[in-house]
Amino acid sequence: MGMHRLLLISVPLIAALWGGAVRAETAVLGFDSARHLLARTGFAAAPADIETYARLTREQAVDRLLAQAGVPRVTPPPAWVNEPVTPGSRVRAMSVEERQTWQRNNVARGLEMRGWWLQEMVATPSPLTEKMVLFWHNHFVSSQQKVRQPQYLYRQNVLFREHALGNFGSLLHAIARDPAMVIYLDSASNRKGQPNENFAREVMELFTLGEGHYGERDVKEAARAFTGWSIDGEKGEFLFRAAAHDDGAKTVLGQSGNLDGNAVLDILLAQPQTAELIVRKLWREFVSPDVDANQGADGAEVKRIATAFRDSRYDTRVALRLLLKSDAFFAPRNRATLVKSPVDLVVGTLRQFQLGSSDVPPFALTVTQLGQNLFAPPNVKGWPGGEAWINSTTLLARKQFLERVFGAMDGRAAMMATAMQPALLLNAAVQGAPVNAMRQRLARAMAEIQFDSKAWFQQAGGDTPQVQRLVLAMAPQHPLPEGVSGVEALRRLTQDPVYQLK
Amino acid sequence: MYRRDFLKAGSAAVMLGVLPHIAHAADNYRKLLILIELKGGNDGLNTVIPYADPKYAALRPRIAIARDQVLQLDEFSGFHPALSALLPLWEAGELAVVQGVGYPSPNLSHFRSIEIWDTASKSNEYLQDGWLTRAFAVAPVPRTFVADAVVVGSAEMGPFVSAGGGTRTIALTSTEQFLAQARLAMAAGQSHNTALGHILRVEQGIVQAAAGLHGKHVFRTEFPSTGFGNAIRTAAQVVASKAGVAAIKLSLNGFDTHSAQVGTHNALLRTLADGLVALKSALGELGRWDETLIATYAEFGRRPRENGSAGTDHGTASAHFVLGGRVKGGLYGQRPALERLDGNGNLPFAVDFRDIYATVLQRWWGLDATAALRGRYAPLPFIA
Repeated sequence: MGMHRLLLISVPLIAALWGGAVRAETAVLGFDSARHLLARTGFAAAPADIETYARLTREQAVDRLLAQAGVPRVTPPPAWVNEPVTPGSRVRAMSVEERQTWQRNNVARGLEMRGWWLQEMVATPSPLTEKMVLFWHNHFVSSQQKVRQPQYLYRQNVLFREHALGNFGSLLHAIARDPAMVIYLDSASNRKGQPNENFAREVMELFTLGEGHYGERDVKEAARAFTGWSIDGEKGEFLFRAAAHDDGAKTVLGQSGNLDGNAVLDILLAQPQTAELIVRKLWREFVSPDVDANQGADGAEVKRIATAFRDSRYDTRVALRLLLKSDAFFAPRNRATLVKSPVDLVVGTLRQFQLGSSDVPPFALTVTQLGQNLFAPPNVKGWPGGEAWINSTTLLARKQFLERVFGAMDGRAAMMATAMQPALLLNAAVQGAPVNAMRQRLARAMAEIQFDSKAWFQQAGGDTPQVQRLVLAMAPQHPLPEGVSGVEALRRLTQDPVYQLK
Repeated sequence: MYRRDFLKAGSAAVMLGVLPHIAHAADNYRKLLILIELKGGNDGLNTVIPYADPKYAALRPRIAIARDQVLQLDEFSGFHPALSALLPLWEAGELAVVQGVGYPSPNLSHFRSIEIWDTASKSNEYLQDGWLTRAFAVAPVPRTFVADAVVVGSAEMGPFVSAGGGTRTIALTSTEQFLAQARLAMAAGQSHNTALGHILRVEQGIVQAAAGLHGKHVFRTEFPSTGFGNAIRTAAQVVASKAGVAAIKLSLNGFDTHSAQVGTHNALLRTLADGLVALKSALGELGRWDETLIATYAEFGRRPRENGSAGTDHGTASAHFVLGGRVKGGLYGQRPALERLDGNGNLPFAVDFRDIYATVLQRWWGLDATAALRGRYAPLPFIA
């Protein structure tokens, strides 16, 4: 009996002696850590969601996020997404006028598709799913600038959804034969005797190994292995053209044989650098802007997670689970260190303040104006992100967006109805009449934003210091003056430079 | 590097006697550089036309400029007629035409190729910083300037792109709009948080630029009523502000003329020429024409053989303009070698674009071009 009692008493004692490691497993997250977890794995969360997660342990919270992830989309896509693509032969036969009309239609549908995705990000019960779809879009880049027909990019987005938290190896194999990618990286013109190295180079440099882990000879040999990976221009589907394939002997990263594209991809997946590159990229997305796998505690953590990721045969959930449960993820030194992307800022603002608008899709144009044109990253490396999101134009445009949102809330909409930034940030893929129509929709949508301030402040828990903890990832650069509260406090907090951080 | 460390490093440099170098740079940056990007890839062959080469007309049955329309510069080359407004500059010897500007292993993607130009990288090399970002790191622009550089009408930082907030570059569409929006910016010190530090520097840059820019100078020059004319006006307003900038970047869009090129290209070249003439006039009013170097650039030229839609596809080498009060006018580089097209039917280059950059850095600003360009390039003699 005595023994038993002693044991009971000593459990908390041991826990106290072991310190943080044990506490993290048994203690609930609390408000700040829950806020941090939801801001990083999703978009800024509404007060009620933070309260729910604050009562869970780290383990429970991460399990819950991962269990919800991968849910089907809730926003129906535009009706045309299942229309067959226009066959290449038709496009080539078009007159100049027909081709212009066709291209204008592609641009208009591209805008609609951006709006669909933006709306899904705002509506989804699993923001982590959308975060990962966007992560893969920015990893396996294809752009409407080159691909042109939006159906291809919609199908690629569906592919990212299927694999968002699935198996990276399967995704790599699938993307190599994804029509949008085949067009984007010129695989279609990679033929025996006339190799095009574009895909072979990028798959090594950007998708798997990273620079310095392969040679020019590997690129040349791999390009030969991918010859014949093409598309059927009439159906818009992947097509292996056996006659264009070079089935001679090749050597890639020291492995020789009559390698085909699949064999090369498997060779790349067998390299430890591949797991490390993906984990480093996940780290920069979720944890902190800089990490060197060969340095410090964070570097050791990357290596540990990369090894587990590879051992799991590239189960993305395994990597994410370890990453999100790590001490590094929750460490104070890594909080408020990431710059919000335009998507984070716009979708996060709409979600966190539960802003209602009858028309959400046009906010995709705001995201574009802030420098993140969905379905059209600037080049195959994707958006550089981080500090590159912020320059004088984009910072002022961010502040103006927030000013107009909160201006509209307290009835100053008319005063704020100055023209948005003109076509400044829009590139060639999104100009012309369809964009002007969308810009008008955006002006209306901005003016119609509804904010139920009474309900929101009630949910947020009343006092201003608590609202500040909810809205900002760290203390503001400009402390709120005494006596400022309500919508005016929100206006000031969202104008604070700290609001740009997550 | 945290801002405070940067300041510390700065004062250490002063103690080590680097100050004279900085003072020297300040004088040099009184000399202004204005870059004009011809976005989409300008058709060099229909801009500076090798009218005497029979292959020119043969390659372009539908879009060649008729020989009697060409504004002849010499017995071989001439301007597109829409560039007539530039003839007085040419005759005054203030306009240099550099032909055959390109680089080895050219990339035909708009995005990748302009990145190569902006970062002065090799064709297979990815660099994070723009060539002028690196130049400003070699020789800093004085802190008293409004900004290191101003980008007009685009949020693409181009040659000022920087991975770590290395330049103070302001992007604006009009000085009026910038000044109206800038009220939302508030200077707020520094931070040890790297990301916040960057945002604070940008915000500080906005506040500083807004304090130094006026946007109210009254010019006698009449600016063309085009978007490009407005950009020229904005650039002139920036130059009129006393505090100074080292470089300004403008862009003219729409050069990606894959189809029905003739009318579009005609209008674009006229817009360009009229804009350049207005810019010269405004700079003259400000007494800055002799202190300004203006240069055009683009990601590539266009294919010599016209395509099936009476347009041209992506090409390689092209002709570019350099103008200013101290420019030694004339033809530089080499005529288009239409007899030596590559496997894609594109032109070989004669002048590496980094030779032009080296000329700007070394001959115009007196800087160490080798350090900024990460290699040795041969300056051209177009600066008097």
